[in-house]
Parts: sequence; structure tokens; C-alpha cells
Amino acid sequence: MAPEHHVNAAFLPLFDSAVLVAAREIGFAEREGVELTLHCETSWANIRDRIAIGHFDVAHMLGPMPIAGNLGLTPLSSETIVPFALGLGGNCVTVSNAVWAGMAAHGAKPDLDPAGAGAALGRLIRERQGSGLEPLRFAVTHPHSGHKYELSYWLAACGIDPQRDIDIVVVPPPFMADALAAGRIDGYCAGEPWNSASVVRGTGHIATVKAAIWKNSPEKVLGVRKAWAEQNADALSALLRAMHLSARWCQDAGNRPELAKLMARPEFLGLPPDMQMPILSGELNVGGGVLRRVEDFFLPFDKAANFPWKSHALWFYTQMVRWGQVAHSPANAAIARDCYRPDLYRAALKPLGVALPGANAKVEGALGTATPVGSAGASLVLGPDGFFDGEMFDPDRIADYLERQSTSLAAD
Amino acid sequence: MVAASLSILVIDENRIRAAVIEAGLRDAGHERVMLIHDVTGIAARIAELEPDVIVIDLENPNRDMLENMFQLSRTVKRPIAMFVDRSDRASIEAAVEAGVSAYVVDGLRQERVKPILDMAVSRFNAFSRMARELEEARGELQSRKQVDRAKRILMQSRGLSEEAAYALLRKTAMNQNRKISEIADSLITAAGLLGPQEGTDDGA
Repeated sequence: MAPEHHVNAAFLPLFDSAVLVAAREIGFAEREGVELTLHCETSWANIRDRIAIGHFDVAHMLGPMPIAGNLGLTPLSSETIVPFALGLGGNCVTVSNAVWAGMAAHGAKPDLDPAGAGAALGRLIRERQGSGLEPLRFAVTHPHSGHKYELSYWLAACGIDPQRDIDIVVVPPPFMADALAAGRIDGYCAGEPWNSASVVRGTGHIATVKAAIWKNSPEKVLGVRKAWAEQNADALSALLRAMHLSARWCQDAGNRPELAKLMARPEFLGLPPDMQMPILSGELNVGGGVLRRVEDFFLPFDKAANFPWKSHALWFYTQMVRWGQVAHSPANAAIARDCYRPDLYRAALKPLGVALPGANAKVEGALGTATPVGSAGASLVLGPDGFFDGEMFDPDRIADYLERQSTSLAAD
Repeated sequence: MVAASLSILVIDENRIRAAVIEAGLRDAGHERVMLIHDVTGIAARIAELEPDVIVIDLENPNRDMLENMFQLSRTVKRPIAMFVDRSDRASIEAAVEAGVSAYVVDGLRQERVKPILDMAVSRFNAFSRMARELEEARGELQSRKQVDRAKRILMQSRGLSEEAAYALLRKTAMNQNRKISEIADSLITAAGLLGPQEGTDDGA
């Protein structure tokens, strides 16, 4: 039977493209009548440009990227919406052996605790400043990325000014481990397997993880050209159902070996399957032979991981404001809010009779433990979603949150 | 209108393509063309060179890094925007299709930059066409070699003349609705499996 819909999708070789990749390769898209063509790209800028001129309909994107585009912060953009998230968590902060030794001398323990690691890094940075040394240089994957914002959030909450006390540069994820080994950077925040890549080579140490800085926090999303979504509503719904089934398959522990093998293929990550296991199991070799198990390290499906919360979009927006990328205004906040589209997610998945959150936004940081919530249909468990510093983000009180964040550094 | 000539930086890891673009720009009268093949330490190089226009290939994974750098006034003194004109949709499409992207110093007049981008696009397209033709020529040469080897196998093992051997390959290809070169490949593989064959020896 000929497929009903054709969708061109782009991805970057990162593990969190797995839900998109498996939707095609395990056959979920085909079963939903979607012929899904995958294009591997070399930069987020290429994905942005080629989605803008119509080469791609949908793409694996950094959660803040479509918001930045819609706000006009990027050199080229098209209006892009987010009807589906590709997972929660998955990133680490990795530092060079020299920086780790310095942090350990200042009391850091290999337990991934953000508060302890941040305090030690702060003492190391002040010691270096006292000796007149160059600021440490950290890399992130993109100026509008979860990586940049969680790294900055973590540092700022530990009394380190990410704009003054360190340098932040951009390095493509596959080059992070090389740049660290060559001494061009002192640390980085990136997704897996690029952290394990440094640990395996013996050139880096994982200091902390996204899943501890902000539990069950947003990362990559499925960005969709708005004009395409409007003209191809049925194709989008069918694709989202395929993505939902794919995400459930990716989450199933029984499928880990097959998923690791799939992502290891040269057209996807081109790295051995055992390198894909830490992100799936949450069992990380943090360096020096120390193994740590991280709760909810990366969730492709559980905890409503695919639901495009407007509070996630708005949190990214507050960080753009906080770090001077955009000025806060009600109009700009509305652009961020309107970018994420839980209505499209619900409409597509309703026929499947699966658990759907009833709200479009939540107070981030309010759930201290995993909590069953009221939802349409079957039962749903959310959270915990706490920030390591105990802060909360109420998406209805953006100005208050921005105010607290602007003074938190100065008060230190 | 002989204004001060623009300085153009071409960032391309493919040295041949970079040279093709450089030649095109020089032919068009641009004297100040610089090439960078390796992006290590590029921030310092750009700060030092202060180009008016930057041309970069889309395969380069460092575009995100460069764009971030352009937005930071600390590393680049003059703000750099992408493409000649955001509203010039056709130019943007032509550039992306060709696999090239351009960044220009803000405030530069469009009519001064547009010919540079057009030149880069046409040279990128010419290079791709050349590469494709070379690939096709290589493939053709390879299949001709394979057909010759298959003919030799048939001539030796079945005592056929060269014409008869070729006719047999051709007939088989037509019957199976496959290419002659594919039949030749299969025959060579089969001959290799069935035992040592002088005909498969390519040394001669």
C-alpha cells in the first residue's frame, strides 16, 4: 500500500534523535501511513536554513531554537512550532582532568551533586582569579540551547557569573571530546554520548548532570514549519502518533540493545553500541572508574516526556532574557508561549486513548517526588521536576522570576 | 564607482573548491580574497582579518560556532549579519541549494555584496557539477573494466570469441532486465568463487 503522507525530517547525530530515527527504522511511521525520510545534517544552522526554505518539514531541534527563531534572534528563520518533545534530560557537564583535580582539591566529590561540584568549581575559579590566570573556557552546543541555559543556571546558582567568571564558546558536539583533550576548552555541557566519549578516552570527568540540575527538564523537540503544519494537518497527526509509539518503544528497557545497535549505525551516530548504553541505563562512568546511577537520566517517553509544556518554552524564554539575548515584553513572552503547541499533541494522540496531561503549563519545581496526576484517559505520572537550588518557576509570574534571577547573582 | 574593495574570507575545508571560488572572485576583480581551511583558532583569525564578507560551505559543522561568534561584539568588532538581504528569498534559496552561506558586515550596501554571493553560488554549483561528472566518469571506466574482465573469463572458460562473449553478456543482461556491468560483476564474483581463473587476474 502506498503511504498516505510524505515527511522530510532532519536530525543531528545525537542520541536524542532516537525517537525520530526509530519512528522510521522500527516501522512506526510506515504503520501510520507516513513515508518518513531522514536527512542527517551537520549544524543547527543548516537545519534552521533548510527548514526555512522548505527542504525539510520537521526536524530534531534544541528546545529553545524555534523560540529564538520566532523571536527574530537568528540570522534566518521561518515560523516554527513545537507539537512534540523528544525527551527529558540526557546532558552532562564534563570537565578536563586538570579542572577536576582542582575541583577535587576544593572538596568536589564524584557524586554528580550540582551544589557540591559548583561550590568547588567556584573556589577553584576564585583561586585562579587570585593568581591572575585566564578564565576557564566552557563550551556549549549553541547559544540558544538547553546546554547553555542549564550550565549558566547551575553556575549562577553556585555564585559563579557565567558571563564574567568564565568564557562560554560554541563547539559542535562531536568535536567536544577532541577540543577538551587538546586543551582548547576546560569543560563543556553536551548530550551523550559525547560526555562518555571523554571519560572513555581518559581525558575528562563528568562533574554533574542535567538530570540533577533540573530534574526531568526539557531538551530536544520536534520543530515543525508552521506553514507546513497548517497545510498538512493529517500528515502531522499521523507523524505524531508514530513518534508517540516510537518513544514508548525507545523507553522500554527490553529494547535497549536493539536501540543501541540502531543508533550505532554509521548513518546515525557511527559509534559502538556500548557507548550508547550509559544514556539508556543512566549508569554513568563519571571518570576514574567511578560508576554512578542517575535517576531519570534520560527519558524518551516516561513522565509525559513528549508533552510540549508551555512552561518549558517560557522557562527557556526567561533564560534568554536573563542572559541578555532578548528584552522581556508581554509580546515576546507570548511568542515563546505560542511556539509550543500542546493542543496539536492532544489532538493527534486522542484517538489512541493514551494518558494526556490536562493542563498546558505547570509550576516547574513544584513536584518533589514522582506524582500521579489527573489526565484524560489512563493514568500519568509526572516529576519530580525540582531545580537543585530549590527555586520554582511559575509561568504566570514571569516578571517576578526574572526579578529574582537578576538579583541572585549580585547578592552573592 | 571605484569604492574601496571589499575583503572576502572564504572558509572551506575543501581546498580545491576554495581555490575555484577564489579564482572566480579574483577574475571578477576582487583583490582581497583570503582562504581558511582549518577552523581551529578561527575567532582570532577573523578578528585579525576583519573581513567584510564571509563565505562558508554548508557542510562545515562549525557554522553554529561562527554565528555565535558573530553575535558577540567582544570577538568581532563589527556586527555580521547573514546573507545579503533576508527578504531576498530567491538568493537565499539559491545559496542553500548550492551548499553555501554568506555573512556580511552590517550596513554594507546590498548591490555591492550581491554579485559576490552570486559568484560564490555559481562556483559552488560548477564545482558540484565537476565532482559529479568526475564520479560518473570514474564509474563508467570501472564498469568498462569489469565488462572486459567478464569477457576474458567467458573467452577462456567457454572458448568464445570476444564478440560472442560480449553478445552473451548483453543477452543475459536484457533477459534479466539488468545492466551489463551488473551481469559482469556477478560473473566475476562467481568465477572467483569457483576457483582460480586467469581471466580474473587483473595484473596484465
